Order: sequence, then C-alpha cells, then structure tokens
Amino acid sequence: MFDEHKLSEIQKKKKNWKEKTVPEWISRHPERKNDFHTSSNIHIKRLYTPEDIKNIDYTRDLGFPGEPPFTRGLHATMYRGRLWTMRQFSGYGTAQQTNKRFKYLLKEGETGLSIAFDYPTILGLDADHPLSLGEVGKCGVAVSSLQDMEVLFDGIPLNKVTTSMTINGPATMLLAMYIAIGDMQGVPREQLGGTTQNDNLKEFHAQKLCIFPPKPSVKLVTDITEYCAKHLPKWNPISISGYHIREAGSNAVQELAFTLADGIAYVESALERGLKVDQFAPRLSFFFAAHNNFLEEIAKFRAARRLWAKIMKQRFKATKPRSQWMRMHIQTSGCTLTATQPINNVIRVAFQSLAAVLGGTQSLHTNSFDEALALPSEEAVRVALRTQQIIAHETGVTDTIDPLAGSYCIETLTNKMEEHAMEYIDKIDSMGGVIAGIENGFFQKEIADSAYKYQREIENKERTLVGVNEYTVERDWIPIKLLRIKQQAEKEQVDGLERLKKKRNNKKAKQMLDKLHKAAEHDENLMPTIIEAVKAYATIGEICDVLRNIYGEYKEQIII
Amino acid sequence: MSTKRKIRIVVAKPGLDSHDRGAKVIARAFRDAGMEVIYTGLWQTPEQIVETALQEDVDVVALSILSGAHMTLFPKITKLMKQKGLNDILILGGGVIPDEDIPALKKIGIAEIFGPDTPTNTIIKFIKKHTQKT
Repeated sequence: MFDEHKLSEIQKKKKNWKEKTVPEWISRHPERKNDFHTSSNIHIKRLYTPEDIKNIDYTRDLGFPGEPPFTRGLHATMYRGRLWTMRQFSGYGTAQQTNKRFKYLLKEGETGLSIAFDYPTILGLDADHPLSLGEVGKCGVAVSSLQDMEVLFDGIPLNKVTTSMTINGPATMLLAMYIAIGDMQGVPREQLGGTTQNDNLKEFHAQKLCIFPPKPSVKLVTDITEYCAKHLPKWNPISISGYHIREAGSNAVQELAFTLADGIAYVESALERGLKVDQFAPRLSFFFAAHNNFLEEIAKFRAARRLWAKIMKQRFKATKPRSQWMRMHIQTSGCTLTATQPINNVIRVAFQSLAAVLGGTQSLHTNSFDEALALPSEEAVRVALRTQQIIAHETGVTDTIDPLAGSYCIETLTNKMEEHAMEYIDKIDSMGGVIAGIENGFFQKEIADSAYKYQREIENKERTLVGVNEYTVERDWIPIKLLRIKQQAEKEQVDGLERLKKKRNNKKAKQMLDKLHKAAEHDENLMPTIIEAVKAYATIGEICDVLRNIYGEYKEQIII
Repeated sequence: MSTKRKIRIVVAKPGLDSHDRGAKVIARAFRDAGMEVIYTGLWQTPEQIVETALQEDVDVVALSILSGAHMTLFPKITKLMKQKGLNDILILGGGVIPDEDIPALKKIGIAEIFGPDTPTNTIIKFIKKHTQKT
C-alpha cells in the first residue's frame, strides 16, 4: 500500500523513535506490563505503522463492500442503507408467556424474533419425561408439539417477521412446525424467512446438547439444507455457530477456526448429497460471539468474512459471489458478564456490541445485565435492546462503512486472525476432518485447556476483571429485580400435553410415526414426513424416540 | 508421615443443563489442589449422583446448575443422600443461583452456594476447612 521510498523513511524514523524517544520516556514511566497480548495470545505491539501492513494489497485483501472478499462488509452501503437486525434471543416458561415477551420486544423496536427453547425441547424430550423434571420452561420456552407453537406465534404474522430458532438436534421438527404455522396463516413457503441454528457439530465440541451420534446428526442437518434449497428459498438452513465454542471457553482464534471447520464439513456433506455448491451456499449463515477484547473481536469478524470467501471460492469452487458471503449474527458474550456489580455488564455489552457493529454484522443480540443471575427481566432486556438502538442512531459509527479499515493495527490483527485460524483448519484437515476431531477429543481438549487458562489468569490477576478481581466492593449498591420462572409453567405444560394426547387423532399420529420410521430406515430426506408428523400433532419426544431407535443416542465423551 | 487420604470429591451436573465450563474448570482446580476428582459428565439424575457418591466413597459432592432447576433438583439430591445415610458428605452448590434462594438451600443441607465469580481457591479453602475430621 506504500511505496518503497516512503516505507524506508518510516522505518528510519521508527528506529530512531524506538532507540531514543521510547527508552527515555520509559525510564521515567515504565509500561504497565512486560508483554501485551490479546485473548488468543496474539502479541500486541507498542505501535503499528505502515510497515506492518506493507504486504496488504488493497484490492485483493480489502476490496469494496458488497464485493469479494467482503472484508469491508457484505453489502454495498452497509448500515447507511439498512441497519442490522436487532434480534433478542428470548423465551421462558410457557408458549403463552413467551408470546407476550415477543410482542413486548417487537413493540420496543426489536426487528426480528429469536427463540430460546428449554432443555427438554432441545434434547428432544417431552415435558412429562422424567429427565425434564425441574427444567420445563426454565432456560427457554417449552415446546412439545405443534399445539405449543400455535400459541407461541399467536398474532405474529410470519410474512412480517423473520425468526431465528436456537434449535439443533430437533431442528427438523421445529422447522416443520414453523412451516405448519405458515401454512395455517396462509403464508407461502417461499416467503418464510428465518434461521434454524441446526449446527449439530458444535454441539459435540461445546454446547453438548446432542441427541444422536455425529453422523446421523449431520445427516439431519443436511436434510434441512436440501429441503430449504428446494422449497424455502428465504430460509437459512444452518447458522454455523462459534458462539457456543467461545462460551465453552475457547479463545477468539479457536472460535473462528473451529466454526469454519464445521462450515467446511457441512458444505462437504451437502455436496455428497448431490447438491451444487451455488444452490445452497448463499443461504449458509454464521453465528459468533463478541467478547471484551475490542480490537481483536473486530479483526475476527473481518477475517472471518475474508477467509470464508476464500474457502468457498478456492476449495469449493463457488462461482456466485453470494455463495462466498458470510452472513453473520453476533451475540455479546454471556460468559463475560459478572454476577458481582451486575450494572457493569451494561458497559461490557455496549463495547461488545460496538465491536460487532464495527465488525459488520447482519444481526445482533445484546445480553442483558442480569444474565449472570437469571434470565433477563423486562427492564434488563429493554436496556440491552436500547444499547443497540443507541449505537445505531446516536454514535455515528453507522454512517460510514467499515470505519476502522486501514488502521495499521486492525489490518495487522485481521491478517493474524486469518493466519492462525488457517493453521488450525489445516491441522483439522490433516487429522481427517471435524468428525475425526470430535472422536479423538481434540476440540473438547483444546476448549477445556483455554477455559482453564482464562480462569487461572483471572485468579492470578494477569487479567483484570473490574468488580471481580479489582475494584471490588463489600456490598453492591444497586438492587436489581430478577425474573422468576414459576414452577406452574411445568405443570401447565405437562397438563397440556396430556390433553393433547386425548384430543388428537391418535391413530393418525401413530401412522405418521410409523411412516417416519420407514423413511429413516431408508435414509430418505426426513423433512416431508416430519412435516406430516407434526401436523398430526406427534410430539417432539415421540418423533425423537423413533429416530433414537434407528440412530442410537450420543454418549458424552468425558474430558476434563 | 501423614497417612491421611486425599479428599475425594464428585463434581456433578444434575438435570439437563449443558453448561459444563464451570464444572470442568473447578474439577481441574480441585485436581491441581491434590484432590481426587470424579466428574460425572452431563445429564445426571439425582439417583445417579447419589449412587456415585456412595460407590466412590466421597467426602464432597459439588453440584453445578445454571438452568434454574436448582430448587427442584438440589432438594431431591439432599433428600436421597439422607435416605441413604450419607450424612457426613459435604454438599456444595454452584452456578447461576439467585441470592434469595440460598437460605432455603442451606436449610436443606447444602453447606454453601458459590456464585459465578467465585475464585476456585475460595471453594478449595472451604472444602479443606470443612472436611478436616478431627
């Protein structure tokens, strides 16, 4: 980016600065630490100059927004044209309670829905299963059948909103229910917009909400990819998720690398199914975390887009520019929030979401300040949403595209993130791909090591956590009111399920489950039969049981 | 020389909650502090946890829940422990547990609840102090 003459002049002056100016100053004012580095252990230099980015080729490495390699953003005008989708992950208690929360958030200016399901739903268990005891409606909304989904979307027209569903193991079932609701509302399937997380691979690394073993899990993911490519053109079949990898303890480089490695595995699986890359790749989407290390996070998002564009073009020969798009949803980091002095979390969330916006996200969830203590209260979630609105409308950072581009530091970090992530991807390739890495415990071990290192750094005060290991107080001065989920939700859910089983046409439900059994045995794409089954009000537990019988269940490999 | 055996501790994840980062981190910290650690893995029923405590002859049961199911699952575990006569075992809880639930949990026999920001050393000190049998 700079001519040789100018560079050598800068080099000369820098040498002088380093040998004279700096030591003189340091002798009187020592630096705070001997070594500065990011959360991924990338060394941070005292100063970045043009020399650090002398090998950058502007048109090759940065280019223009809306054009490959998309480093500076996916869209030609980015937030000048349209802001990101403000999508607050929400759900608790019964479908009725969550429907109320959805409407509240839409009224407060949220622009897309994002559903949190409870553990029984996520694990394919009905509310009356013995393992569901105590968990129904706690960490999300309980959905056991189409009956609950009808209540959940009551008064919410599916042609007006897009919906993201954090669901993996039973993603086929929840998408089938969403399609059924669309059918009931008379919304054509081509108009249904949204995302199923449907990323079963990251479950094995990080989130650990797996139902079936890795191979059938990937088969189900691919069923959705194929079905959407053919029937739901506006649906994102997968949100390839680094968020959970990061929350489980990985650092930023690992998050980036493992997510892209999973993405590669999904693309390979869809190609094996016989799909053409340009047929499904434009609809793949991604999900990342935004942590505290501001500069590193911005660099991570920029690097992610560039690296994915290269992978799609070079490795998979995608020809459409849209197939090289990495559309991303970002969530601020739950695990960085502290239970002590919880109001400080408002500030953490603000910086993390600013990093997401400066990184060029398409969609954002901001965590609420009370989340280290409970699910968010109405007041807390409103502050979280307002944080996005303030960034969008008051800070001015949305008025120009990728404002930090060209910063010697940001571009250097972007290069480093890409380089280090690629080293990991090569390593995963050489061990035989993601499933091999799951089976040999590679991912779990890497993540557990990083999590432990992070904790040690906090306890040894190598890492300052405001309010936790520094600037602590005896007693917090701001009382906050937490959301309590009533035990009643569980009872209502179990009663509703009992009523459903009396009310529905049981013969029809049984027929559909038998049909599903056959389809699964014949290795068919299961989406069409699952749609029929949910329309016959077969429950998630019943459908998953059919599949458990055929695929078996995943047993966790314990690595500490 | 002391022939005192090492502190044996089971780290358990009751219920369906899959957030195991904390449980794994403390399991490692306990191990580094010289304890013998049995980590149950995910999705343990109260019965399974109590059975592990009994079979492994542990001194401490450390339970971790972040899903909000603690008010159902912790009492079930403490009740089962009593039924089995496991009265000497120190029971600890951790995770996302609101302050207002703590008195009730202590009443049913949970010795201490450690919230999200607790240094591992605080828990280790607590265990050492409360497992010294004189």
